[in-house]
Amino acid sequence: MTRPRPKSPNMQNYRPQLTSVMSFGHRLSGVGLSLGAFGLVLWLLAGVAGPDAFSAMHSLILSLPGRVLLFLFTLAFFYHLCNGIRHLVWDSVHGFELRSIYVGGWAVMAASLLLTIALWGWWLV
Amino acid sequence: MTVRRITPSNLARGLGAAGHGVGHWAAQRTSAIALVPLALWLVVALRSGAAADHAALTIWLGSPLNAMLMVLLLIAAFYHAALGLRVVAEDYIHSRARFLAVVLIQLACIAGATVGVVAVLLITSTS
Repeated sequence: MTRPRPKSPNMQNYRPQLTSVMSFGHRLSGVGLSLGAFGLVLWLLAGVAGPDAFSAMHSLILSLPGRVLLFLFTLAFFYHLCNGIRHLVWDSVHGFELRSIYVGGWAVMAASLLLTIALWGWWLV
Repeated sequence: MTVRRITPSNLARGLGAAGHGVGHWAAQRTSAIALVPLALWLVVALRSGAAADHAALTIWLGSPLNAMLMVLLLIAAFYHAALGLRVVAEDYIHSRARFLAVVLIQLACIAGATVGVVAVLLITSTS
């Protein structure tokens, strides 16, 4: 029996950086959005069930926990969208210099926050 | 008594990408590209009050173009989710539960897409 090999990255002594945090955030938001896709199907099913079920579903969404969940969902949506585009740029073999990776990272953070605020602001108008 | 013949290639077989990894990568990117306009369409439509109440919902999805876009969105989203969740499960689950998780993820995503598409068709036919 061979000794178990060390695993990498060793998260206990791995200093968080913008790149690693954003990479994990992409996965986390992706998992959240997947759950949201099932939520979208439930919402459509309420639409099939009829006007009463649909308005009950809407009052559930517009309750305080519903709004908080919806806000986090829109944040995850815009983050995953912007960072996904960043990934597609990398896939086209562009922006691999360390500086571009950080500039792009901060741009994605700013854009996803601004788009989320803009969407909720637009709704309040 | 049978002799188990475990060669290095036998141990590795079935444990990861052996030539078909590019297909997974390409499918993830193709569905991602499709989702950019489709997801933005849904967010803009919902924020514009396209489905503010049941009457609006049936008018909105009663339009063949909107129904088609919604079906495309559901297929692309659940396909993208199935590919992505599978990778997450494969990376973080190190026990035998990984196989079960991967199977459940694939089945749940296929079920989600199917139920969603049928729901769109039912809403379309009631308008």
